[in-house]
Amino acid sequence: MTRPRPEPVQVVKERRDRALELLVKGVPYARFMGIEFDRRGDELTAIMHYNEKLIGNPFLPALHGGAIASFLEMTSIIGLSWQTLWDDIESGRTAAEDLSPETMPRLPKTIDFTVDYLRAGLPRDAYARARVNRSGRRYASVHVEAWQDNRDKLFAQATGHFLMPSRNGNGARVG
Amino acid sequence: MTLKAGEKARIAKQFIEAIPFSKALGMNLDDIGDGFAVISMPWNEDLVGDPQSGVIHGGAVSALMDTCGGAAVMSHPDAPAGTATIDLRIDYMRPATPGQRIIARAECYNVTRSVGFVRASAFDEDEDRPVATAAGAFTVERPKEKEAKA
Repeated sequence: MTRPRPEPVQVVKERRDRALELLVKGVPYARFMGIEFDRRGDELTAIMHYNEKLIGNPFLPALHGGAIASFLEMTSIIGLSWQTLWDDIESGRTAAEDLSPETMPRLPKTIDFTVDYLRAGLPRDAYARARVNRSGRRYASVHVEAWQDNRDKLFAQATGHFLMPSRNGNGARVG
Repeated sequence: MTLKAGEKARIAKQFIEAIPFSKALGMNLDDIGDGFAVISMPWNEDLVGDPQSGVIHGGAVSALMDTCGGAAVMSHPDAPAGTATIDLRIDYMRPATPGQRIIARAECYNVTRSVGFVRASAFDEDEDRPVATAAGAFTVERPKEKEAKA
């Protein structure tokens, strides 16, 4: 038995990075908030770059609860959508080269989202990672954690439920 | 607290309208009174979360609800000004119609020594069907020396 020769690393990387970029760049609110995603394999880390406009209490100063909620919800939605997209691309169901802003899969819709504010958000960059605890055909449950300087000292966490986009509707399905 | 209700509302309005993130989202304090607040936010392309539909991102609606909830706590007669969110749950009933203003109403229905409990709802121009509802707990910050005297 012969195994097919693995693709060159840069080809694989380019394909994955392009899909992620299409996913994130398509969301105007991500740009407005200064949120970017760093990819290591299939794992995403969201980064919210500090900006003065994210402040909610100018006297402390501390990040606005709404900015933190936005960051966590964005991380959850992109994380959830990325998981599906990754599976589709890696399995060959979706050809990454054919992805375009018009043919991207629809994003999941938030049903509910509960944010737990653990400590004040400092005026500096923040990081978050989402974990999809359950992803069914229609519903998904996601937990997300955010930290700043120290990974073990979370400043916020959240749990949300999402309605998954219809798989046979418009989307980047091939064949 | 020796401040009159009107004076307190004026201070709260000033305080809320000076919040950088609320300003960046274009929020406007429409009404504030004893334990309630009404804040609205215009549709803005920068806040879109779903490019294919033009619907505003849920996070921006959360931010509106959070600000409105905090304002309701600050305006409560039993709460000195100053609050932070402990937790906030948002239920999304339907997408807000693109192009329409979103209006949030929050009520701080109970205040204990340390916690303010809030309910809120958000509507667009269709006032019969809520876009989202929220429930949250907020801190009630009391000045240290006053706490010692009380």
